[in-house]
Amino acid sequence: METLERIIAEHAFFAGLDSEFTNLMVGCASNVRFKKGDYIFREGDPADTFYLMRNGKVAVEIFAPQHEPIIVATLEEGEILGWSWLLPPYQWKHQARATEDVRAIALDGKCLRTKCEQNHDLGYEILKRFARIIEQRLEATRLQLIDVYAVR
Amino acid sequence: MLPEGLRLTSERKPGIQSFRRLLGGLVAGETAFATHEEVGIGRGMNSTVTFAATELQTLIGALLRGGYHVIGPTLRDGAIVYDRLESINVLPGGWTDEQAPGHYHLKRREDGAFFGYTVGPQGWKTYLHPPEVRLWSAQREGQTFRILNNEARPNVPLAFLGVRACELAAIALQDRVLLGDKYRDRIYAERRDGALLIAVQCAQSASTCFCASMGTGPAASGGADAVLTELSGPGGHRFLARAGSSRGAELLMQLKVTPATESDVQQAEAAVDAAATAQTRRIDCTGLKEILYQNFEHPRWENVATRCLTCANCTMVCPTCFCTSVEDTSDVTGNHAERWRRWDSCFTQMFSYIHGGSIRTSAKARYRQWMTHKLAAWIDQFGSSGCVGCGRCITWCPVGIDITEEVRALRDGDTHGNS
Amino acid sequence: MLPHPYVVREVSKETPDTFTLRLEPEAGVNGSSFQPGQFSMLWVFGVGELPISISGNPSEHNQLVYTVRSVGQATNALVTQAVGGGIGVRGPFGTGWPVEKARGRDVIVIAGGIGLAPLRPVVYEVLQNRERYGRLVILYGARSPRDLLYRKELAAWARQRETQVLVTVDYGGMSWRGHVGVVTTLFKYARLKPSNSTAMVCGPEIMMRFVTRELESQGLDRNNLYLSMERNMKCGVGSCGHCQYGPHFICKDGPVFSYEQMRPLLEKYEL
Repeated sequence: METLERIIAEHAFFAGLDSEFTNLMVGCASNVRFKKGDYIFREGDPADTFYLMRNGKVAVEIFAPQHEPIIVATLEEGEILGWSWLLPPYQWKHQARATEDVRAIALDGKCLRTKCEQNHDLGYEILKRFARIIEQRLEATRLQLIDVYAVR
Repeated sequence: MLPEGLRLTSERKPGIQSFRRLLGGLVAGETAFATHEEVGIGRGMNSTVTFAATELQTLIGALLRGGYHVIGPTLRDGAIVYDRLESINVLPGGWTDEQAPGHYHLKRREDGAFFGYTVGPQGWKTYLHPPEVRLWSAQREGQTFRILNNEARPNVPLAFLGVRACELAAIALQDRVLLGDKYRDRIYAERRDGALLIAVQCAQSASTCFCASMGTGPAASGGADAVLTELSGPGGHRFLARAGSSRGAELLMQLKVTPATESDVQQAEAAVDAAATAQTRRIDCTGLKEILYQNFEHPRWENVATRCLTCANCTMVCPTCFCTSVEDTSDVTGNHAERWRRWDSCFTQMFSYIHGGSIRTSAKARYRQWMTHKLAAWIDQFGSSGCVGCGRCITWCPVGIDITEEVRALRDGDTHGNS
Repeated sequence: MLPHPYVVREVSKETPDTFTLRLEPEAGVNGSSFQPGQFSMLWVFGVGELPISISGNPSEHNQLVYTVRSVGQATNALVTQAVGGGIGVRGPFGTGWPVEKARGRDVIVIAGGIGLAPLRPVVYEVLQNRERYGRLVILYGARSPRDLLYRKELAAWARQRETQVLVTVDYGGMSWRGHVGVVTTLFKYARLKPSNSTAMVCGPEIMMRFVTRELESQGLDRNNLYLSMERNMKCGVGSCGHCQYGPHFICKDGPVFSYEQMRPLLEKYEL
């Protein structure tokens, strides 16, 4: 538990969070591991967890019937994986596959959602941080979308 | 090739010395390029002469004997067009022009002045920066090819008769772009190097002229081999003349000249001043570069875009516009290829094309580019405005867009057109 | 000025639409040296002339190397030249990357797509004069794995000391084990010291806009950040007027500019 607390406290994503809130987070956290090739979550699954990557690499993918899944993002050490737990319908929109062995901290989304409802200050802090992540991913995705390398 | 008197020279020759004595103080200087300075040549009485209007034929004859092609104003297609001439009879004697936005009309004068008009549709650009010229040709040789350096080089020097002050300024500006920058344009240099410029100052202005506000006229400043002013009245139909170079001095020496009287000089100055005063259009250049750079999204651009046809007339008639494009051709066998250069305009759709599309697709962007380049970017690129105030772009715009009006509107924050 | 006749000695395929040509001057023609970042005007007999960045090793004299993407009639004619064919070369023209100014500093090379080609001479320069420079960081992005240039060299560069090479693609298939995401997503993995770095960026203009903005937010000074710009060119020597970008002629005032110079212009639509 102590190790988890330190990791969470020192993680850039949670920087500036009151120790009271850090403790709340720790209460919802656990260490997890995935082997290369494992699916961390699949499209449509209930989204009740998000992950703080400690090691390894994850590919976020979308699959289509006629061809192999298309990787739309890869995440590595230090990154946050998953925000679908935060907003209804709490369902994963993509699949995430470990492309290398992964060690991560899993945060119980259901548990956190309850705590955020009870403590709106905590809720606001969490939302602020996820809003930044979503913004960064959206910007990056837009650049991928417009296909800057194409010759129109 | 050329008689010694007309060859470009910097040595002090006996002929020059005697001419000096005759005119008392005329100092021979170098000629022809934008950097030419009128060393010691003022508007004072001692350095100017007069000659009868008919002596103009002697002047033309001297140039022809000197091996020049004489280019001067002629009447063609209802306009004043610079063309080869050999006689004063083809000069537009007794004609003047009436110009307004989108309007050009020749009218009869009451006198028989040879240079009683202002400017025709084209300046001298057609001769110095040709509309179409071959850059190189090549012949296939096995898998590779050989460049043939067989371009027709002009070996006949040109003498321009009737260069307006604004046109002198325009030539100086094109010199700066095509000769005075990092790379020297061989094609322009070949034509410009031997060219002899005889300026004739305007004694009238068209309604579209604004050279006075641009500081380029109507009085001719540097760059001409000789500067003439056409006079009439009690002294008869005559020209006041002063040399601007040793070549010009030598040319004037071949005419029957008499020293100018003080009243001649005053009459000439008054005529030129009157031409300046008569100008109704002007561009206020104060801070204009910043205004254009800072108003990239000014609503006036949208407004002018509703009128501008992007027809490129303005760039074709503008004496300082220099943009060109290239075209590759080959014969049917594919063994002989040529690369040609021709005038181009930033108003065309393809001007700014790079793979995938053009950068400036809208008329708004293209008009803005032209005007910003002409009045602002030119200053950063070449040290002065690119506009000489000749007014051709106003006259020859089919919808009568007036660059002076557009400047005023941008300056005043105006959003509505005045057409 | 007239083109010098060069002969195609080698054509190699980098990607489905991109080829590298190695040219040597014809016998009796003196080869020319170049600065990293400069370009030549390449003339294809009877077809046209194109500005192409030199992508070879500046210390290898008597040859010129170009990496060309086939996007139209003229580029297609260029890449389909057979070995032994002739190409007319004018140049080199333009300003080069600030390799002198970068001495003693970390060098950050950021490329998108074919943008790696004009930057490759910088990499050669740094690796061949290692002691003159600090760390070398190469961040490279392309549309998909098969669009990556110089893959073998990228791997070789990654093995050099004090050199970090990070590659990403916009779309990856299952066989791609590397990063997926635009090149700005690589920044967090790169060990950058913005206060002592000189960054050189080349790629599609949109990519350069976002990369430079991101670099600046990471503390890189605008005068230590350089881009290579591109516009329509007909002459390469500042007289046809086509390549103007604001007051600059890309062919002679550029193509390499500092971000300080470019920033007010990059944001202007249809400049």
